[in-house]
Amino acid sequence: MKKRWIALNSAIVFAVLVAAWDRAVAWSHVPPYILPGPLAVATALYVRFPSLVNSLWITTIEAAGGLVAAILAGMVISMVFAQWRALRQLVYPYTILLQTVPIVAVAPLIINWVGAGIAAVMVVTFIICLAPVIANATQGLISVDENLIQLFMMNNATPAQVLLKLRLPYALPHLFTGVRIAAGISVIGGLTGELFAGSTRVGEGGLGYAILYASNQMEISYLFALVLAATVLGFAFFFVVMFVEWLLLHNWHESSRATASE
Amino acid sequence: MVGAAGTVPEVQLSAVTKRFRSGSLALEDVSLSVERGEFVTLLGPSGCGKSTLLKLISGLSPATTGEVRVNGMTPAAARETMSFIFQDATLLPWRTVERNVGLGLELDYAARAVREERVAKMLELVGLSHVAKRYPRELSGGMKMRVSIARALASRPRILLLDEPFAALDEMTRDRLNEELLRLKEEQKWTVIFVTHSVSEAVFLSSRIVVLAPHPGRVAHELSVDLPWPRTEETRETEAFESLVTKASRVLRSVSHGGSAA
Repeated sequence: MKKRWIALNSAIVFAVLVAAWDRAVAWSHVPPYILPGPLAVATALYVRFPSLVNSLWITTIEAAGGLVAAILAGMVISMVFAQWRALRQLVYPYTILLQTVPIVAVAPLIINWVGAGIAAVMVVTFIICLAPVIANATQGLISVDENLIQLFMMNNATPAQVLLKLRLPYALPHLFTGVRIAAGISVIGGLTGELFAGSTRVGEGGLGYAILYASNQMEISYLFALVLAATVLGFAFFFVVMFVEWLLLHNWHESSRATASE
Repeated sequence: MVGAAGTVPEVQLSAVTKRFRSGSLALEDVSLSVERGEFVTLLGPSGCGKSTLLKLISGLSPATTGEVRVNGMTPAAARETMSFIFQDATLLPWRTVERNVGLGLELDYAARAVREERVAKMLELVGLSHVAKRYPRELSGGMKMRVSIARALASRPRILLLDEPFAALDEMTRDRLNEELLRLKEEQKWTVIFVTHSVSEAVFLSSRIVVLAPHPGRVAHELSVDLPWPRTEETRETEAFESLVTKASRVLRSVSHGGSAA
């Protein structure tokens, strides 16, 4: 009941905003190459739909590929850090470099290694997504309650059991904090990656390339449609991560559900 | 309860000293012998090393000098005969009650059928069969502690080590759990070593109280509790109980202030 009411309200707010935009453009006589009205954007969206979907798909692959690779690699690296404290203290500070490396400067290197195109953009996304995953997952893996570790020791648990049955589930909420951050920047990584390392062949450019193209061609209405698509993509990534997090944590973790009463 | 002449004591500490890595002396020259079936309580003010002593017996922490023997074996070798119950319930929040209780068996690679049967029996023993499928967050503090006890029982220990298990609970819950613990001990024939700073709890539960003095931790006094078994609610109202509590309190006060016991 309450949910439906909120949905209805959001729809009304959306309609009001679009109408205000439409009227503002019409009454102020702003030329369409400065600010197109919603109808012009919708038309561009309709006319260019196949091309837009293609760009959207390519960016999705690039961002998702880089993100998933970063999650997997980040987890493995964090587990190694959690198992070998000395190694962690030695190497962990260097993972901060991942965050400070100027991706624009590295792009030519990446192109040199894997060639411009989807793979190169994935590498860019991978690099910028890796640091938040490592930082948060490592934090979770090493902050396990000392008593729980002793409990496992009292049961003669093997190191593998401690890792898989204790540290990993314990770290899941922390991991998801990192993944949420990474998911947000993965779409941005995909878009900017395309600007420096994307393919320029017809039909192979993602949203970033299409935005560049639309801007050069002064197709401002299409540009708006692309920005809209990029925003929706970012939201979709965020939503998927939230959903997976809810699936895995809602039974037991505070962040995912209000406390049940006894 | 004294073991027959010539038998090995269940737990024996000979001239045990524990010095922490920081250099502070936690225990000095502690000798203690616990016979099979005894309920021995380690009572003392904070800083007397009573929890440390329990960790030495469990093998979770090594003695600096001196010798700890459990049934003639090293604590590590005898670990399978011991269960440890921590101050907080130390349940894994991502596991249901029944999977928490079955943790030790799972880590020991017990067959699923054996595990399920044993877990069901243990939950029945502590009166929690109806919450088997719940998660720890849905339970009250007292129920969590009972799950923790059921988990400790599931591995069928000979020796039960308890580190202030009921300290965080309200008095009524604590009293009820004390009675339950004695009932279970009667059934399961454990040897119990129990750490607390509550005098009345120590008197109610124990066959023998070992009073420890702080800075450094050492055995200051031993008190035999000759109240009749089985002990029930009414035991707390008897004069003998009251006078033992008064006596133990006096001893505890004197060691806390650095003097020797009366």
